[in-house]
Amino acid sequence: MRATVGLILLAVIGVGVGISLLAIPFGAPKTEIGDYYIENAREDTGATNVVTSVVVGYRAFDTLGEVTVLFVAALGLGAVLATAGGKRGRSGVEPASLILSAGNIFLFPLILLFGAYIFTHGHLTPGGGFQGGAVIASAFLLVYLSSPGKRINESGASLTESVSGLVFVAIGLLGLTHGTHYFLANFLPKGALNTLFSAGIIPVIYCAIGLKVGSELAGVVDNLMEETE
Amino acid sequence: MSFLHDYVYYIGAFGLVAIGLLIILVKRNLIKLIIGLSILDTGVNMFLISVGYIRRGTAPIFSRPGLEPDGMVDPVPQALVLTAIVIGVAILALALALAVRFYKTYGTLDLRKAKELRW
Repeated sequence: MRATVGLILLAVIGVGVGISLLAIPFGAPKTEIGDYYIENAREDTGATNVVTSVVVGYRAFDTLGEVTVLFVAALGLGAVLATAGGKRGRSGVEPASLILSAGNIFLFPLILLFGAYIFTHGHLTPGGGFQGGAVIASAFLLVYLSSPGKRINESGASLTESVSGLVFVAIGLLGLTHGTHYFLANFLPKGALNTLFSAGIIPVIYCAIGLKVGSELAGVVDNLMEETE
Repeated sequence: MSFLHDYVYYIGAFGLVAIGLLIILVKRNLIKLIIGLSILDTGVNMFLISVGYIRRGTAPIFSRPGLEPDGMVDPVPQALVLTAIVIGVAILALALALAVRFYKTYGTLDLRKAKELRW
């Protein structure tokens, strides 16, 4: 009964969506704003990666909101799990195999380095703070899988997270006092294209986002791992 | 055939959305609902990316001199999806945490068997 109603509903939605999709040709240029960004992003922001200049340049305020959404989700997860009977150790967990624990010793610093590379080069190559942060969190996930007794330093993680969040907001407020006087205005020199120290505030903000997302997702992993008993 | 060639990405993306919606409507196990939500999320992301695609377009990155601005794909949907993926992961973790709480309170993951939730 439920399945039939569901299928009928899906058929109705499918026909509606299909009719409207016929008006959107695949593979053709659609938005003028996209062309504007591609034409002008290099001069406006100094970043060669146009996606980055949209995320942290033109739409940086929007990104601040999205970082806040991520923070609230991580906070909610901590609040939901913390009330579930207090925190417990993971004493009953089986120790990991030799391959995993030995591989972790070599891989952990390399994964951290790779994550840092991704978010510091976000304005030049594919990547950025969100991706680099996710890579860093995966390094902590590897630690949790390989050595069940270990835990991350929770106060250190929340300190990193708050400081990098504050750096993002502080840079935005500094933009108010310089040049064109708007929130998150680019007040640092733009430098030469395709060099590491270019694009003004974009690499700084992306480093802050990378550390923030990394510590937040590591905290999420920590909260979920505590409950595995 | 040319219809399929023109719309295969849209069909794939909305196929994922439809599968996710069907799971959410039909299944009663909380973990399966969360899996459906995740599939739906992936479908929406794929749809946004395929809307921004331009035929034979390259990635919108001027990684070496001499790259022309013409023939680059639309950067705006990519920028939107980039953050949406990370937020999707966080929402997934939050949903799983709520599922853990649900299991601890009702002793089951089946929505039908949680008596207090009946209305």
